[in-house]
Amino acid sequence: MRKTLSVMAVAFGLLWASSAQAGQGMLQIKGSDTLINLVQKLAESFMEENPGEYIAVTGGGSGTGIAALMNGKCDIANASRLMKAKEVAQASDQGINAKRVVIAMDGLSVITNPNNPIAQLTIDQIGQIFRGEVTNWSEVGGDNVSITLYGRQSNSGTFVFFRDAVLKGDYSQKMNRMNGNAQIVEGVKQDISSIGYVGVGYVKDATGLTILRVAANANGDYASPLNSDDVKSGKYPISRPLNQYINGSPTGAVKKFLEYELGYTGQKVVEEEGFFPIPAEYEEFNTKAGL
Amino acid sequence: MSIQILSPRITVVKPWISLAVKEKLIHGFFFLNGILSVIVLLGIFALLVFTSIPAFQEINVGSFLFGLEWNPTSYVKEQYGIIPMLVSTFMVTLGALVIAVPLGIGTAAYLSDVASPRVREIAKPIVEILAGIPSVVIGFLGIVLVGPILAKVFGTHNGLNALNGSVLLAVMALPTIVSISEDAISNVPKSYDQASLALGASKWQTVIKVKIPAALSGIIAACMLGMGRAVGETMTVLMATGCAPAMPESFLGPVRTLTSSIAIELGEVAYNTTHYYALFALGLVLFIMTFLVNMTSDIILHKYEKVNR
Repeated sequence: MRKTLSVMAVAFGLLWASSAQAGQGMLQIKGSDTLINLVQKLAESFMEENPGEYIAVTGGGSGTGIAALMNGKCDIANASRLMKAKEVAQASDQGINAKRVVIAMDGLSVITNPNNPIAQLTIDQIGQIFRGEVTNWSEVGGDNVSITLYGRQSNSGTFVFFRDAVLKGDYSQKMNRMNGNAQIVEGVKQDISSIGYVGVGYVKDATGLTILRVAANANGDYASPLNSDDVKSGKYPISRPLNQYINGSPTGAVKKFLEYELGYTGQKVVEEEGFFPIPAEYEEFNTKAGL
Repeated sequence: MSIQILSPRITVVKPWISLAVKEKLIHGFFFLNGILSVIVLLGIFALLVFTSIPAFQEINVGSFLFGLEWNPTSYVKEQYGIIPMLVSTFMVTLGALVIAVPLGIGTAAYLSDVASPRVREIAKPIVEILAGIPSVVIGFLGIVLVGPILAKVFGTHNGLNALNGSVLLAVMALPTIVSISEDAISNVPKSYDQASLALGASKWQTVIKVKIPAALSGIIAACMLGMGRAVGETMTVLMATGCAPAMPESFLGPVRTLTSSIAIELGEVAYNTTHYYALFALGLVLFIMTFLVNMTSDIILHKYEKVNR
């Protein structure tokens, strides 16, 4: 009896120790679904170059990642939007000093079904469509087909960014709330009446989609999110930085990984994944954040 | 210390407790096990109530219960009306029952009375395995298979609608309904069959007019369990129904159930905000709904049993 008990105790002890160790050595990254594929690739190549470092990347949406950072459940939060003032205050209440690092640029792409003749829209028109003010494609010069909206759920940073930057109002209550970028792409591919928005990394190699050219206003030039110069220069009007939030100045494994992401190899991976490298202004910004 | 007490030598020489006490302890242990689920249930109910209450410091109870718009993360003004979600949940559940109940009872009657023993032995476990398919997988099927088919059949642009959710939930509720109904029909005493057949009734008449009515309590219980599954299912409806928060217009339009709203929003909500408490209030509404379903089924069952005697 005594022997069994002691053996069990030792076994439990070992289990405890090993699990505690795994928890400590593993870098936890959580958040944006727009960023998840990119950061997973970055983590993979980082781990290849640095044996002994372990990184776990999970999704759930920017809001989910930021909430996890606030609650101390992850080391890095991926966010395709900025933290709201409310969230920053809440984080500091919990003793978390959230710092932002920009790791890539995204041309947020507006996509439609290839059987829809529309190839370009202005920001105003896109806003009207997603606010539910324009409900038929004929109103923007297309066929007489009612419009079906595909958007993200409210825990998505893309949902918030698109609303604040393009709609400047509420989404139509009739917009389908899809569970991730890939589902929007699938939905738009199957639905002739569809319009949706996703990060450019999700459509770069996709077939069976029209990626709309977008102009800031009716007289402006239409530009495509696939053109990296237009995204970097801001000629494509819905470009945005993709961010990671960390707690305090970067140290240890977090710093090592961030430096890798921002370095030459990391930015190469960014391009391979269909996003764009960070422009000079954000490089400066990152330097100020301690990188 | 406790290791020494457990050593057999000591127990033999001097029992550390008398038999009567031991008996009482064992009795107490089983009693505790028995009431554990009651305690858990009361605990969950209390938690839901107490976490919901703060929501109503800012939300008017009337506008919560009768409001037609749910938009807690609005750009303009937060709205906390649950009616569209209640209607959505009701539609999807009702649709699932309309599909699953006739199909389920039919399958059960076939398995118990028509199928040869060999077919039954193979078919029943297969139906039960259906219950083990994860709900994400069913939801995925809804997106890539059921949705496009429904879109073609009904000539809509896409298949992300209440009907899709109903079909999928019906598939998920079927194993429960079939399995329990089949047990109930099989358990009807043989003398009922024999009496009916002896009076000249056909096999069809016997099944429909004698066996199914005699097994009705079990069949109703089966349907209620299936309904419980449909009301509470989250992932499938989240993936397949479009989740637009607007008031549903028809079975061919998108809907957003109570469960999917909680699942979507609880992940990102900031702790201890009105939105956070409002989601618990949604949970409370869901809890009360399933409670009412179960209670109603219980009452029906008891009434029926009395009449049957």
